[in-house]
Amino acid sequence: MTDKYESTVGQTADAVAPPPPHERRLSDAWKALKKAPLSAKIGIIVILIYVFIALFAPLLTPYGESEVVGAEFEPWGEGYLLGTDNLGRDMLTRLFYGARNTIGIAFVTTVLAFLIGGISGVLAATLGGWMDQLFSRIVDVLMAIPALIFALLLLTIFGTSIPVLVLVIAVLDSTRVYRLARAVSLNVVVMDFVEAARLRGEGMGWITLKEVLPNIMPPLVAEFGLRFCFVFLTIAALSFLGLGLQPPTADWGSMVRDNATLITYGDITPLIPAAAIALLTVAVNFVVDWFLHKTSGLRDDQ
Amino acid sequence: MTSSAENDGGLLLEMRGLRIEGQADEEWQEIVKGVDVVLNRGEVLGLIGESGAGKSTIGLAAMAFARPGCRISGGSIVFDGMDLMAMSERERRKLRGVRISYVAQSAAASFNPAHKLIDQFAEGPVEHGVRNRAEAEADAKDLYKRLLLPDPDNIGYRYPHQVSGGQLQRAMTAMAMACRPDLIIFDEPTTALDVTTQIEVLATIRNIVEQFNTAAIYITHDLAVVAQMADRIMVLRYGELVEENDTANMMSAPQEDYTKTLWAVRTFKKQSEIYDTSTTPLVAVDHVTAAYGPLTVLHDISFDIYEGQTVAVVGESGSGKSTAARVITGLLPPKQGQVLVKGEALPGDYRRRSKEQLRHAQMIYQMADTAINPKQRIREIIGRPLQFYLGLSGRDLEEKIKELLEMIELEPNQFIDRFPGELSGGQKQRICIARAMAAEPEFIICDEVTSALDQIVAEGILRLLDRLQRELGLSYMFITHDLATVRAIADEVIVMLQGKIVEHGPKDEMFTPPHHEYTDLLLSSVPEMDPNWLDELMERRAQEGVMQSTSSS
Repeated sequence: MTDKYESTVGQTADAVAPPPPHERRLSDAWKALKKAPLSAKIGIIVILIYVFIALFAPLLTPYGESEVVGAEFEPWGEGYLLGTDNLGRDMLTRLFYGARNTIGIAFVTTVLAFLIGGISGVLAATLGGWMDQLFSRIVDVLMAIPALIFALLLLTIFGTSIPVLVLVIAVLDSTRVYRLARAVSLNVVVMDFVEAARLRGEGMGWITLKEVLPNIMPPLVAEFGLRFCFVFLTIAALSFLGLGLQPPTADWGSMVRDNATLITYGDITPLIPAAAIALLTVAVNFVVDWFLHKTSGLRDDQ
Repeated sequence: MTSSAENDGGLLLEMRGLRIEGQADEEWQEIVKGVDVVLNRGEVLGLIGESGAGKSTIGLAAMAFARPGCRISGGSIVFDGMDLMAMSERERRKLRGVRISYVAQSAAASFNPAHKLIDQFAEGPVEHGVRNRAEAEADAKDLYKRLLLPDPDNIGYRYPHQVSGGQLQRAMTAMAMACRPDLIIFDEPTTALDVTTQIEVLATIRNIVEQFNTAAIYITHDLAVVAQMADRIMVLRYGELVEENDTANMMSAPQEDYTKTLWAVRTFKKQSEIYDTSTTPLVAVDHVTAAYGPLTVLHDISFDIYEGQTVAVVGESGSGKSTAARVITGLLPPKQGQVLVKGEALPGDYRRRSKEQLRHAQMIYQMADTAINPKQRIREIIGRPLQFYLGLSGRDLEEKIKELLEMIELEPNQFIDRFPGELSGGQKQRICIARAMAAEPEFIICDEVTSALDQIVAEGILRLLDRLQRELGLSYMFITHDLATVRAIADEVIVMLQGKIVEHGPKDEMFTPPHHEYTDLLLSSVPEMDPNWLDELMERRAQEGVMQSTSSS
């Protein structure tokens, strides 16, 4: 290293040349994962199991999703590990397919909510002025009505097909995403590097996507985890009320409702789908907590 | 080793072989590597060094305190015969604030904004049982008076945001004095203040420390300041002692090479002038008046900047110097008047300017941390203007980026794929310069570009800017409140006060009398290396009555 370079002053500089960005990012992620607390590791494992089951449900289950295989309410035992439901369908099979349907739809809904809310939030913060006012007031109006009741209302009007369900929940949840995205973006758009980009003459696309968005990712990703849980619970709640996924599609909310009578006989089977919901929610929150802690900690030493 | 003339009471603090470790990435790294600090009663010790030298850490260790993420891993700390290391945390807490107190760099951040000054003053003495509330209040008023705060009987009943920065720093000093400690640690107490305010705070701090014969550890990176305050100076680097001596000896005859480079920093002077005022000015600000809403911050400002010229704009915060830059860049369209480039008027709003007009003027910011996107690699930060303005891509782009990195004296292959978080402050500022250069501008606005940097690093940046000017014929508008920087780099100087230009002329003229009254105040407030400078200045001002401005600071 020659004296010509300033690197002789800074201590950081005399290390060996860093590996190419991709490798480095991967190894960094792996290192971070190994250092993660136990709760986060458990959370990750649980989520992976759910995803595995959801993806390979047809291979893992002995029967078809809505196939009637025996008498109603058969007890646990050979042939039906978790018994059968009120129509004589295998509980375990329904549970696995339920993972696929409920998680899949919740995931799509959350992504949609983030696309709508995230983009409009960042745009509102970057543009400011009347655009910001317009977006924010629309969101205020939507948020003024209790979400579940509003969802029930809309689903009664538009019918209960899966696209409508996804769209209604996504729009309602995007209001929360909007508020968060706008709030965190407001802190970023006042930074000098955004001003520098504006003065360079950059368009809105570059400023929102390249300058602002990468800097608000940590809170957004954390929110994604939480929001996913809420959407998941909303779908389950709607299904329980009969306005969510329609039979014969298996999903955990309606499975609880359909078999609720069993509880009076001291059978815990109807609680298993509920437990599946609870476990996933807890797992996602473990991971989100760790992520939040990690990103906020990183911000300290920058 | 303690040959200072002023100490009279014998040993107060003795730290031997002090070692402190800090946690980085789960590993403990030594940040103070066996330093001895000895302090007598009534003595003022100056700790100087660049950031990262461990000065603040050592200062806090005098209270046996380590910041979160740090730990004192070795050495002894004996305060007035008591071994602090052997004490319990509870016993140490009884000492802190009573016998040893601390004045932080940012008074604004250290006061609780929700409580009145005097309530916060009284908290310490009352809590520690030194005084009751009424006595504490009376004492506060007495100290406020001694610290020359305006209206000392009532100022304590204000909230922190209702007094100025300089007053707040003095109120903080009063608070540190509340229990009449034996030792006060001042951690860069004037760094965040304007020069004219700094002087007043320095004078009152020194005065009160003398009145109560309090020992002090004065931490700063400004040599001229430490020369005024300290009886003895310790120079630190990378957590080790470089040199220690009496102030007078240290100033006149530094021994170590590192100390000499510190001392030499202020010697940088721009070599030759390369501009020609007979041509059309490159940038002309023509009778500009600008306002934020109803508040007018610039009143009818006019000045010209020629090709290859550096114009320094000086003034306190709030004088309108940054606003002038915002008008030129088009962030704040002027109410009246216009900005001309090579004789042609620019649209007032940057959004209506052409790409070419935007490319022509670039900006370098004060805080390099926030001026570059932390989520982009250096490649993208510097590469974007090249892509955007010059349409470079592929190998051309890569080569040009490397060329720019060479130009700012950073090794291209090492830095091109780094994130800003992996750079030091000076390196970040160099990246900002490279980004500005990438647009191939003719004119660059430098907004306090060196004020957040250590002196040695800052000098490197100034030298770089000067070299680029000579090589590329650039023009600079240099906004600063540091007159040493002006002396180093400016061709012409504009002094601003309350949105008006009060003096304007070539540098040499500015630094020779007669001056405008305000220029005189600014110039005389710049600390000089002479240890007697502050005394002489205060005496002179007392005679002239300049210090009456204290009440309005």
